[in-house]
Amino acid sequence: MPQPFQADVVIVGGGNAALCASIEATQCGARVLLLERAPEHMRGGNSRHTRNIRYLHDERTAYVTGPYRRDEFLDDLLRVGGGKANSALAEMTIDASRTVPEWMARQGVHWQQPLRGTLHLSRTNLFFLGGGKALVNTYYDRALRLGVRVCYDAAVTGIEDRGADGCAVLAEVAGVRRTIAARAVVAAAGGFEANVEWLARYWGDAARQFLIRGTPYNDGTVLAALLERGAQPIGDPKGFHAIAIDARSPRFDGGIVTRVDSLPFGIVVNRDGRRFYDEGEEIWPKRYAIWGGLVAGQPGQIAYSVFDAKAWGRFIPPAYPPYRADSIPGLAVQFDLDREAFVATVEAFNRAAPAGGRIDMSRLDGSATAGLVPPKTNWASRLDTPPFYAFPVRPGITFTYLGVTVDARMRVVTASGAPMPHVYAAGECMSGNILLRGYLGGFGLTIGTVSGRAAGREAAAHAMGREAAAAHGAVAHVRA
Amino acid sequence: MYEPEFLQEAQRQLGVCTACRYCEGFCAVFPALELRTEIAAGDLTYLANLCHDCRDCYTACMFTPPHEFAINIPKVMADARVRTYEHYGRPRAEGFFRDSPAFTAAVAAGGIAAVWLAVAACMGPGVLAAAHRGPGAFYAVAPWLAILVPAIAIALYGAAVALGGARRFARDLRAASPAAGSVRAAAVWQAARDAITLRFMKGGGAGCYYPRTRGTSVRRVLHHCVAGGFLAALVSTTIAAVEQDLLDRMPPFPLLSLPVAFGALGGVLLIAGTTGLLWLKPRSEAAPASSVMTAMDYAFLVLLDLVAVTGMLLLVLRDTRLMPALLVVHLGLLAGLFITAPYGKFVHFVYRYLALAKYAAEERAESLTAR
Repeated sequence: MPQPFQADVVIVGGGNAALCASIEATQCGARVLLLERAPEHMRGGNSRHTRNIRYLHDERTAYVTGPYRRDEFLDDLLRVGGGKANSALAEMTIDASRTVPEWMARQGVHWQQPLRGTLHLSRTNLFFLGGGKALVNTYYDRALRLGVRVCYDAAVTGIEDRGADGCAVLAEVAGVRRTIAARAVVAAAGGFEANVEWLARYWGDAARQFLIRGTPYNDGTVLAALLERGAQPIGDPKGFHAIAIDARSPRFDGGIVTRVDSLPFGIVVNRDGRRFYDEGEEIWPKRYAIWGGLVAGQPGQIAYSVFDAKAWGRFIPPAYPPYRADSIPGLAVQFDLDREAFVATVEAFNRAAPAGGRIDMSRLDGSATAGLVPPKTNWASRLDTPPFYAFPVRPGITFTYLGVTVDARMRVVTASGAPMPHVYAAGECMSGNILLRGYLGGFGLTIGTVSGRAAGREAAAHAMGREAAAAHGAVAHVRA
Repeated sequence: MYEPEFLQEAQRQLGVCTACRYCEGFCAVFPALELRTEIAAGDLTYLANLCHDCRDCYTACMFTPPHEFAINIPKVMADARVRTYEHYGRPRAEGFFRDSPAFTAAVAAGGIAAVWLAVAACMGPGVLAAAHRGPGAFYAVAPWLAILVPAIAIALYGAAVALGGARRFARDLRAASPAAGSVRAAAVWQAARDAITLRFMKGGGAGCYYPRTRGTSVRRVLHHCVAGGFLAALVSTTIAAVEQDLLDRMPPFPLLSLPVAFGALGGVLLIAGTTGLLWLKPRSEAAPASSVMTAMDYAFLVLLDLVAVTGMLLLVLRDTRLMPALLVVHLGLLAGLFITAPYGKFVHFVYRYLALAKYAAEERAESLTAR
């Protein structure tokens, strides 16, 4: 009978990377304990909100519309990330992504056709049936059946080095303080985007207006513990990925349904009733990612996406209904914004926008304003057809970029460049090694799966001796 | 047919689904939902009857209670189906549905009592205690016409109620947006295949969350047993009628005969299916269940199980002195089953099939993902 609070490998975290690590480590013969911060019904971290995974493939299949080869994958990564990442690790991740779907299917994951409205991902990304929570459920079921012990409500507060004996994980499990002896630890507990105080260090009071799109449990405690123990940080501490989401969204965990897609169809004004950026600059997916930061920079961290009847029905409606009125002043009175300036902004926009004509959202259609600052360079169409609509929007933070540096074996590296004994990292908290900034749809899950599996194998090998783990892993692989 | 608050709440929840779409691959409900910008009462009825209550969407949803979005689609759909059955049945008898176990038990008990009294009064109490053997043994207890006439009356009544409901339901479904309008032969055939194979109980390949921990095909297999068993019993009855009326062979039929073979097959499948579903139900998640629908399920399953069990006992014990009592109970339960049929879970296949036919038409018109 194993002790409840000791293990060969302790996995800190309960999302995709943690689960992949726990499955791999168990299959290498290690006794694995997984500590999930959330209660059972909230298990899975931000992986609950994912829906597809980007992977390397040379042919079209029933679920992807064409090949996505190494060169293109690398190009995409360099383009969005700016090319400053650990390129060896990036290439390893891309190469390993090739076999990821096969591995996922072996764990019981099912696939589906790309969701409607996701054409831009239908070639490069594979959609798992039911989205991220279904994925997480499948992995938990699999891990539990393989013998992984799972503790929910387990908040890890620190990791102590115990020299040759391994290490100790300090945790509060269901309110009780525990010291858990382990030979190796995999930290896979995400970023710190749900920690408003931490965000406020860089963003001041503005951070209190931010909405967090994912789990409230990603408060960065584990990340902070690693950094405190001397892990080499990576990624811009101030950096986060954010989109514009409905201002009425829950403070946490609103997920995909709070996103507002109406922005390029009309104008976006701030609390002062003024436009502040070219709404016609770029189409999906870029526009998706720039507006979070833009709105974060506005007074009160709020803005209003305004459009008219011509646009209604042309984008996926969000979970909340739009505000609506038969006139522009009638729309303005429903919000706390400078009405006169807002009406003047719409009038100026209407004078500068081309008359009539339907905008073409399938391309940059060149329908631009004349002599307006800032301009709207595409899809400019007068707001002249009532009813008029508006969505109030705030920055919705998806994830933060700050993480810890790892080596090729997923060992956490200290400032001196030496690996930290017994400590491995996977998923969001080390993704900065591969993608320093920017966003590539479905790639976070690729990093989490590849790094999680690698960290699980390496941690098991470290805990049990490489040969024992390799032998056991080979047997488990054949059985699977 | 829906209270305003109920409709509003359904619209709110489905609005969140429309913005999310993660569940698109599980079944027909979500692709059908995405074709609609507004959800009127007719659309809700359509979606609710497309729903096979597999629970996959509930299990996969990030927004189930205690999340403030409080999404619980299987429950909304089941509650809307209860209202469908009430609204389209005649006479409008809410109590029958809202308190299904009591209603079903009362009718079944009444059926047994009525048959017992009729037999005792008309045939004399002596026939109930005696053994009867050889051709026509059953009719020595309950004469053929005395079984046939009430059975036909009950069957015709049930069919009339079901057809009337189907006609009104189909009319309202046609009015529900965006309905390409005509459901043509191809869609009717496609819907039949979808119904027979229980295509939307497969969860798009993931199975259904019965029992609660993982997707399995247990519920679909058990449903196949019940439906197959019921059909086999119908086939048995039909063949028996042919043998008796055209070939002048009187029941009880020999063990090696078509009516007994089909009857026994049907009985075994029905017992396995209904007992299995009764075992499975308490092992499924309670939160996404509608209490009214669950009560209807139990009432129907228990009665069907009892009908099958008494039928099988009748086959085994038909040469003993227990036969008359078993026959009376079996006939009484059968009467109860078919009298309550229009007012309980039994009717689900009528509305489910019509909803599937509309979906098959939409699937063709909109080239929704084929699965």
